[in-house]
Amino acid sequence: MDPIHQFNIQKVYVLGHIAGYEISITNSALYMFAAVAFIIGGMLLATSRRALVPGRAQGVVEVGYNFVADMLRSSAGEAGMKFFPLVFTLFSFVLVLNMFGNIPGFFAVTSHIVITVFLALVVFITVIVYGFYKNGLKFLKLFVPSGVPIYILPLITAIEVLSFFSRPVSHSVRLFANVLAGHITLKVFASFITMLGGFGLLGWAASILPLGLTVAITALELLVSFLQAYVFAILTCIYLNDAIHPGH
Amino acid sequence: MPNEDKATEADMSRRLKELGSRIGEAGVRRDQQAQELREQEMETQNRASNLARGFQLSGEFVAGILLGGGAGWALDYFAGISPWGLIVGLLLGFAAGTLNVMRSAGVLAPQGSSWDKKD
Repeated sequence: MDPIHQFNIQKVYVLGHIAGYEISITNSALYMFAAVAFIIGGMLLATSRRALVPGRAQGVVEVGYNFVADMLRSSAGEAGMKFFPLVFTLFSFVLVLNMFGNIPGFFAVTSHIVITVFLALVVFITVIVYGFYKNGLKFLKLFVPSGVPIYILPLITAIEVLSFFSRPVSHSVRLFANVLAGHITLKVFASFITMLGGFGLLGWAASILPLGLTVAITALELLVSFLQAYVFAILTCIYLNDAIHPGH
Repeated sequence: MPNEDKATEADMSRRLKELGSRIGEAGVRRDQQAQELREQEMETQNRASNLARGFQLSGEFVAGILLGGGAGWALDYFAGISPWGLIVGLLLGFAAGTLNVMRSAGVLAPQGSSWDKKD
């Protein structure tokens, strides 16, 4: 009953070996496939009728589109809209995985730092590649603030470069840490219920307290799931803005 | 019975006035309650978002230090200049973390512009 057990990766199906490494479908991969299928299937199903007056499902999809589009426009401008597919994919993927993780017995994919680091690196590399493609060497002006005396400029530039490279770290750790901490807390409080149940009638009566807390934390986790998906997406928008307009 | 009619009419108008004032009072009370609820909700939201903001800022700071220290350590390892890489890396990382925190708190203008105070 240890609270970490829920994060175990299990092999579901072994596909084969490549260069000595085993390639297999794990429970994590399975949940990611399920999330992608859920998003794509849900989107197609909800928009299949293309009603002028949207029904419930179509309404949800339209609200989601507008939410991400407004977020991107407000932080990266109209030029940022070409990154809409990327931001929307990241947002919906993280949101659905977080929400899947909240269902009891389901696996929380975003509680693994491998996943969040990979997602953050996708954004980071996109920013670097597009920044150099769009602005050429002017992109490097991002690291050289104007109005700084020449004798401390090398030091400042080193600090700015470090600050830039620490972005994917905080970007990924934030999502992973929130989901991990939330699930461990939930499991610890839930295990108090069964522990107290071992103390007879008095224990049963006292176990109402952790039960109530578990319900409350589950509600909080729902909020955190959405909030972290939102934070991940809005940070993506802010970083993309640097690639589109460096040195504004 | 015109007299009785008049009495009921006066009674009716009195009751109507009473009802009107009671509805008005209830409306005021409901507005007040709604206002209080809104304020409470705002307060809770502020508290929650302050917590989230605190975590975010500490995360930015730690990320800077970890990255600076890591880069310095790697430099030590590959260039064999131990312990200077780690020392300088940690110090630079500390500065970068502080910079991250100042940027995300909105004290400093975003990366790429001049280092003057925002606004």
